Amino acid sequence: MTSTIERPPAAPVAGPARHTRPKRDRTSKTENLAGLAMLTPAVLLLALFIFVPAILAFGLAFTNARLISPYPATFVGLDNFVRLFADAAFFRALINVGYFALVVVPLQAGLALVMAILVNKKVKGTTFFRTVYFLPVVTSMVVVSLLWLFMYRQDGLINVIIDRVTLGLVTGPDWLNDTTTSMPAIILMSVWQGVGFHMIIWLSGLQTIPADLYEAADLDGVSPWQRFRYITWPGLSATRSLILVTITIQALSLFTQISVMTQGGPLNSTTTVVYEAVESGFAQQETGYASAISLVFFVIVLLISVVQRFLSREKA
Amino acid sequence: MAITEVASAKTAPTSAPHVVLGQKTAKKKRALGIGGYLLRIGLAVLFLFPILFMFVSSLKPDQQIFGDLSSIAAFLPIGNISMDNYSAVFDRVPAARFLVNSIGISTITVVAGILVNSLAAFALSRMRVRGKTVILTLIIATLIVPFETLALPLVWWVNQLPSFELTELGFMFSKGWIDTYQVQIIPFVANAFSIYLFHQYFESIPKELDEAARMDGAGWFRIYRQVVMPLSGPAIATVAILTFLPAWNSYLWPLMVVQTEELRPVMVGVQYFFQLNVSWGEVMAYSTLITLPVVALFIAFQRSFVNSIASSGVKG
Repeated sequence: MTSTIERPPAAPVAGPARHTRPKRDRTSKTENLAGLAMLTPAVLLLALFIFVPAILAFGLAFTNARLISPYPATFVGLDNFVRLFADAAFFRALINVGYFALVVVPLQAGLALVMAILVNKKVKGTTFFRTVYFLPVVTSMVVVSLLWLFMYRQDGLINVIIDRVTLGLVTGPDWLNDTTTSMPAIILMSVWQGVGFHMIIWLSGLQTIPADLYEAADLDGVSPWQRFRYITWPGLSATRSLILVTITIQALSLFTQISVMTQGGPLNSTTTVVYEAVESGFAQQETGYASAISLVFFVIVLLISVVQRFLSREKA
Repeated sequence: MAITEVASAKTAPTSAPHVVLGQKTAKKKRALGIGGYLLRIGLAVLFLFPILFMFVSSLKPDQQIFGDLSSIAAFLPIGNISMDNYSAVFDRVPAARFLVNSIGISTITVVAGILVNSLAAFALSRMRVRGKTVILTLIIATLIVPFETLALPLVWWVNQLPSFELTELGFMFSKGWIDTYQVQIIPFVANAFSIYLFHQYFESIPKELDEAARMDGAGWFRIYRQVVMPLSGPAIATVAILTFLPAWNSYLWPLMVVQTEELRPVMVGVQYFFQLNVSWGEVMAYSTLITLPVVALFIAFQRSFVNSIASSGVKG
């Protein structure tokens, strides 16, 4: 009340406003409180289970904390990082994950786009094809890994098919026990499992492109390639960066397949950063060292997503 | 822009050879259509047959699985078909217990997740809350942190959290969430991506509806419950699916935090099959058993499943 009297410039227009202001303030106060109450559960949980562990990762990485230990963790400075950068298995893991991501990202994104275009056309059986392509996605990676572990055996289904198709000329390798084929085998299986999910995301992008653009192009007798190049591709720029970032992060986090199928072998040819972190943090209970691995991994993921965002922004 | 260039360049000189061109493209189009169909079917075979192989093999004794590999019989339920592998699975693993655990954990995570995340998104989207832009930005920022980087510090952290349980002596406080149901549920309830999806969807619901309801004296929670949520079916479906799948499929987390057999979820059960003698028929039977509930749900809700992800997946 006093404040409105003290502000003469507001007077000329504030006939009704002067009347409503105190009431509005009261409602916005209750609105603010009600809103905060609605936010509290989510914010509290995110703080407890994302922000705190993220901060802990920083803190623990400089200690010798163990998962279960009678002694409190003590500060050890950069010891964990010194050990980490001298660890050959860790470098092997970095190389493996890089290799995996470099192949999987374009392969999976490209194949998913082709599939999305195929199931976006309203032809007979579209629903069936969408369902079937999505089936491996709803199948857990653990189950998929078991299934392919069986199919990749020396005497397994894949080698039998190779033998039949080439009339016995080619003998398939022992996929997962050979250092040259183990990673390609994991890549193939991972794309098989994950491609359906990214097909759906591409599809959501395709459906935001107005249909009349295609109709206009059809009237002009535009070739399918031109349709794709000048309508579809530019229309997908937002989806493209989302897909790129999600596949990359997913690829860098490679773990389940490795844990079920190869345990990092043979000769570390399939070990990954997350696998190394879990091995030291869980199997050897060295939380401090595992946090150091996690921290390095997080910095790498962060750098890559920043670079990707920067690149895709420049193009758009 | 590029589209209009193509369009205007093409429209000008066509009129004379238009008919011929039309016939040619029609022929070309049909060839493309057939090619597209073959491609669709080829891909469907590629995605469907490994899953079919898993299911069919689960019905056969090991000897016959290997015997059938070299012919189409590998994909057909013929020969010595029985449910023997399934009964063997229940002898080897407490499969029923694992299934009940997983159903409970997934259901609670989904229901609580829908509630907590939609409430937060509602406040962020429709209410005036102080500092909400900062809160929303912080929530979105957590999206680039892969769970795998947090997992190991999180194991250490949940081990420090207080836990209370009901015993004959009343409430007992103990240290650590390791080996509980709550450690498999509570960290996964609040989810930044779910909040983001709800937020995007709520933004598309006209705010005039809230105002009208408020005129009628409805409080914020009633607007949430009776106006906004009933209109958000697709968003709820998407969040339900995207919460259910990882909850059902979780492997790394329960592997680390659950040691007691009675509390284990289904995916961890696969480890039992590689102790002692491996029977692939049993492995395939267990795989089928833990995949079937998800696939059944997926096929039952197939339309809303794929379409809701496609329609609400990305809009930015």
